[in-house]
Amino acid sequence: MNFAVLQFPGSNCDQDVVHALRHVLGHSVELRWHKEASLGAADAVVVPGGFSYGDYLRTGAIARFSPVMEAVRQFAAAGGLVLGICNGFQILCEAGLLPGALIRNRSLQFRCEHIFLKTSTPDSPFTNRIPPDKLLRLPIAHGEGCYYADADTLARLKANHQILWRYVNAQGEITADANPNGALDHIAGICNEGRNVAGLMPHPERASEPILGSTDGRLILESMIAALASRPTAAG
Amino acid sequence: MKAKIVVMPKQAVLDPQGKAIQNALTQMGYHGIGAVRVGKYLEIELTNSDPEAARQQIDAACHKILSNPVIEDYRFEIE
Repeated sequence: MNFAVLQFPGSNCDQDVVHALRHVLGHSVELRWHKEASLGAADAVVVPGGFSYGDYLRTGAIARFSPVMEAVRQFAAAGGLVLGICNGFQILCEAGLLPGALIRNRSLQFRCEHIFLKTSTPDSPFTNRIPPDKLLRLPIAHGEGCYYADADTLARLKANHQILWRYVNAQGEITADANPNGALDHIAGICNEGRNVAGLMPHPERASEPILGSTDGRLILESMIAALASRPTAAG
Repeated sequence: MKAKIVVMPKQAVLDPQGKAIQNALTQMGYHGIGAVRVGKYLEIELTNSDPEAARQQIDAACHKILSNPVIEDYRFEIE
C-alpha cells in the first residue's frame, strides 16, 4: 500500500508514523509537505501528531488551511482512508472532516503516559482487525485531548456507531480515573459518518514494536491495510 | 481602523482554566468570586477604510478561523 504522511511546520510524530508503516509493516510511504496540493498515488493518508503551527490560536486551527488539506478533503470525499493521530485528530476536527473539537484537558495537565482503550466496534476500516474484548495499551501525550461535542452530535455519534475507542482501566472498565483528559463519554477516537475518516488522541505508531513496550497500535494500522486490501480500487 | 475581537468558550463547554483561576482568587482571600471564564482578545489593525466592508470581513474571519463555532462564541467591534 502507498501511505501519504503529512508534514506541517511543528509536526513531530511524522517520522514515527513513517517508521511504523515502512519498516515495521513493510509498506511504501511518502511524506507530503503542507504546501503540496496533491497526495500523489496515496491509498491512505495519515495526519500525524505534533504541534502544527505551534498550536497558535487553537490546536489545528491554522494547519487546516494548508494547501495539502484541500487535497485531503477531496481524498476523503472520494472515500479515501484518512487517519488523524493526536494533533492530526485535532486538525481533522478543525477542518470539519470529523465532528466535535478537542479542548484543554480537564486537569490542565499535559498527560504523557500509557492508557488502555476499548474498541467499541470492529465495523470500521480502523478497527476491523482488533479482536473483540482486546484492550489496546497505547501511549498518549497531549494537553488538549478532551473531546467535546454538543448533545445532538454526541447522540448522532452513538446512533451511527462512530465512537471507535473509549478510555478504560486495565480491567476494561469505564471509570473516571481511566479518563486521562476529561473527554466527553470517555471518547478517545471517532470516525465520520462515512467511516473512512478517523481520529484518535493516543499514538498507535508509538506502540508498534516490542521494544516500545506495546505492539497494540499495529492492530489499528493493520486494520487500515486490511481494509485497503479488500477494496483494491481505493480512491486515489 | 481597528477590530477588537473577543472569543469566549461557549457556556456549555468546560473551562478548566477559569475554574483554576476562580479557586486561586478565592484562596488568595478575594471575596465574592463567582465563576471565571477565560477567553481570547484580539486586536487587528485594518487598512480598509469602509467600516461595513471591514465588519463583513471580520465577521467571516471570526467564523472561519478566529473562533471555532463548535466550542466558542465571538463578538467584535470596529473602531
